[in-house]
Amino acid sequence: MSNGRHLAPRPGFVLDVDRNSPPIVFHHGEGFRLEKLPPGRSRVIYPAEPLEGLADPDGAIRHALDNPLGDSEPLRALLHSDMKLTIAFDDISLPLPPMRRPDIRQRVIEAVLDLAAEAGVDDVHLIAALAVHRRMTEDELRHAVGDRVYDAFAPDGRLYNHDAEDPDGMVVLGETPHGEDVQFSRRAAESDLVVYVNINLVAMDGGHKSTATGLSGYTSLRHHHNVHTMSNSRSFMDQKNSALHASNWRMGKVLKDAGVKIFQIETTVNNDTFGRQGPMALLQKREWEWSTRDRMQFLAMKAGLDLMPTGAKRKAFSSWQAPYALTSVQAGEIEAVHEVTTANVYRQQLVAVEGQTDILTMGLPYICPYNVNSIMNPILVMCLGLGYFFNLYRGRPLVREGGVLILSHPTPWEFHPVHHPSYIDFFEQVLADTTDPAEIERKYEKQFAEDEWYIHLYRNSYAYHGVHPFYMWYWGTHALEHLGRVIIVGGDPAAVRRMGFQPASSLQDALEMASDVVGPQPTITHMKNPPILMADVT
Amino acid sequence: MKALQFRRNLPRYAAARIAGGFVPGGGASAGPLSLIDMDPPTAPGPDWVRVRPRLSGICGSDLATVDGRSARYFEPLVSFPFVPGHEVVGDLDDGTRVVLEPVLGCVSRNLHPTCTSCADGRLGNCEHTSFGDLEPGIQTGSCHDTGGGWATAFTAHRTQLHVVPDDMDDAAAVMVEPTACGVHAALAAHVPDDGVVVVLGAGTLGQVTLAALRAHASPRTIITTARYPEQRRMAGLLGADLVIAPDEVRRAVRRTTGSRAIGAPTIDGPREGVVDRLTGGADVVVDCVGSSASLTDALAVVRPRGRIVLVGMPAEVTLELTPLWHREVELVGAYTYGTEILADGTQRRTFDMATDLVRDADLGRLVTATYPLSRYREALEHAAAAGRRGAVKIAFDLRYEKERNDL
Repeated sequence: MSNGRHLAPRPGFVLDVDRNSPPIVFHHGEGFRLEKLPPGRSRVIYPAEPLEGLADPDGAIRHALDNPLGDSEPLRALLHSDMKLTIAFDDISLPLPPMRRPDIRQRVIEAVLDLAAEAGVDDVHLIAALAVHRRMTEDELRHAVGDRVYDAFAPDGRLYNHDAEDPDGMVVLGETPHGEDVQFSRRAAESDLVVYVNINLVAMDGGHKSTATGLSGYTSLRHHHNVHTMSNSRSFMDQKNSALHASNWRMGKVLKDAGVKIFQIETTVNNDTFGRQGPMALLQKREWEWSTRDRMQFLAMKAGLDLMPTGAKRKAFSSWQAPYALTSVQAGEIEAVHEVTTANVYRQQLVAVEGQTDILTMGLPYICPYNVNSIMNPILVMCLGLGYFFNLYRGRPLVREGGVLILSHPTPWEFHPVHHPSYIDFFEQVLADTTDPAEIERKYEKQFAEDEWYIHLYRNSYAYHGVHPFYMWYWGTHALEHLGRVIIVGGDPAAVRRMGFQPASSLQDALEMASDVVGPQPTITHMKNPPILMADVT
Repeated sequence: MKALQFRRNLPRYAAARIAGGFVPGGGASAGPLSLIDMDPPTAPGPDWVRVRPRLSGICGSDLATVDGRSARYFEPLVSFPFVPGHEVVGDLDDGTRVVLEPVLGCVSRNLHPTCTSCADGRLGNCEHTSFGDLEPGIQTGSCHDTGGGWATAFTAHRTQLHVVPDDMDDAAAVMVEPTACGVHAALAAHVPDDGVVVVLGAGTLGQVTLAALRAHASPRTIITTARYPEQRRMAGLLGADLVIAPDEVRRAVRRTTGSRAIGAPTIDGPREGVVDRLTGGADVVVDCVGSSASLTDALAVVRPRGRIVLVGMPAEVTLELTPLWHREVELVGAYTYGTEILADGTQRRTFDMATDLVRDADLGRLVTATYPLSRYREALEHAAAAGRRGAVKIAFDLRYEKERNDL
């Protein structure tokens, strides 16, 4: 929608750039670049406008709990007074950016707890299902579940972060036919019912991955968070063609066979990332529809950001909370639920695109799943560009094999020491040795995964697990195999080179450098994301 | 003869210090060093012979002197004016090619009986230095009476000279003296088998110490810090298992040793994830830099009851010694060489071991560039910026000096 005047949200759109096309806004970390794309051979993929949210989210949640999908009874029928109930929920990595209160998790958890109270269930634990992500702080937990839930459960230790390294808190429940160990939270495994509360921001999320990954640890994760699965997921955003998901689905079956009963609640949100009003609203408008006031506002914002110190910019952007609206909620048996969820994600995000391109450009924003309230370090830049965004396709990649990916991001050689201690070591030692994911996996993964200090920091501080930067690098495996070159515009040259990429000071320079690989007069496609779009490439 | 002479001149000291502060090696232009014609030194006694240098190296301590950064500690241990240069391969008048062991101990000072250290062959620990028949000077190159290697001739006691094997070229031979320092340091490190050693610095001393550790100890891992690409490359060739930037040393040692780490305290409490110092650490740290920063790093990464060997010549440093006390760390110096007692109880002259190591590890390749005396300013600036300019050892080449060959 534009200026709120359209009656129905418009779907995603592919603009063919001509001489009259205005410059395009590229995200560039905590800032923006205005870029003019070559006319006649460039196109821009715009995300769909935000779908209308459900008019009565709380009513829709209650309805979903009472009308489950698949082979499942309504939630109230699964609750009884002498039971052990565990409610697990997605962590700080979802949604992005964090959403305005009330968070969807709060709405859903309150609804679940109301039913549990009605049934007289006393033994209830709430677990942030963060796998090997960092622990959530009190403020972050309060934001996710709401103050009422937090105050009722956290003080006596019934609301907490999952600890994948707690030797007493984890249990191996079995093995898949592929020899994959299935490690799981002991509390969840010993519960009569696990209710999982999900926010499905992209098609990769949800399904069996919620529990088989979120409540597991390195013993399980190493079977699907690895170079082989990443190389065989085309893409990992397309569950049906993803080895990552196939492994999680196999693990889900082991959990079920082991007697773990899971009631899955999945939700989807619309594309209202930056709001219809306010300073960020421009980012949801198509440039040729900008008013004069919009242009002035953007230029003023950009000039202000260019002058601000990095820390101040980071703080300003981190404070942004998206006004996401709930577009669907479904509950019940995992696979039945997830099929509907995925359809709802696609309904918002899928954009039909004809044919591949020689050069794919992306402006990377200030945030990814692993730097909420933190720093977007170079490894996360790689993961966001070559992992998440590159894989946001169905069918075939947006860029042809051997093509060039041009990213725009400051890519500072900077790390949050509390959140990402092992990332620093990964960057200093591992990438100084090799950038080949398979070699990295073979030579270094075990050492980092079993490092006692990282484990200590993961368990007691707010650090991502020692193995986490490896997963970030593996996330780019498919892209690294597929692409002929990666260029980062406006990045710290040393940091960019450390990752094996090429730095460029401007998009024009980058396009010239790319022509060495793809030849003169290449086709160019810009993926204008976020708000999130997923390319359905034919 | 032609010589580079260093005179006592306080205004020029100050000028050298200022110039050296702006451009390392810049003290050569502004300071008390000058190229002069002078009479060759007279032999102080019957056991002294004339040496005509072929190559004469420039060492870190020479650069500190030139740039006015030497510790005042040395003032009573030198005699002015003097000719620097103690890394020397040269010719005797009978054509014998020799390398110089520059330490001036009791024998060369004609002191009898010798001190205990000299009697034991530990010349570097001589207890009578600055006494006897010679003017003060702990080594040739800081003693007025002997002259030094940055000249077309100097005089040396016969006990200071080691014949160069015929198959060893001059570049290799001039590396024997610094290599002997590395060998002595490596043996002083007392590296436990399968231990972890950190070598701070990858200049000449760092490189030869690294080679010596690889040859004379059995560590599990040697970590070396190196600032510049050529230093990194060479350290890898000489046996470092891990070569890292200096500011990465704490994290690298933590990873390698499996230690935990403690973050720097802030007003909000300790910062988890920041590596300020390790709780465990390396068995041995060999500091080939000798600065406040390098010694602070050494104390941060050495394990409790570990050993720090100070090889690089320090001047005044500022250092928090609490970790030394709290973790019962040994801090020992490693100065020059003499006679080494090996693990099997046998004794060998350090210079003999260094000669072997230079040949085995091909350390002659560390000599990157040579200059005639007349271009001493360029030579010293090059030496001071060796790492940055892709070099390791810079030396004066006197083989083609007219004055030398006319002698």
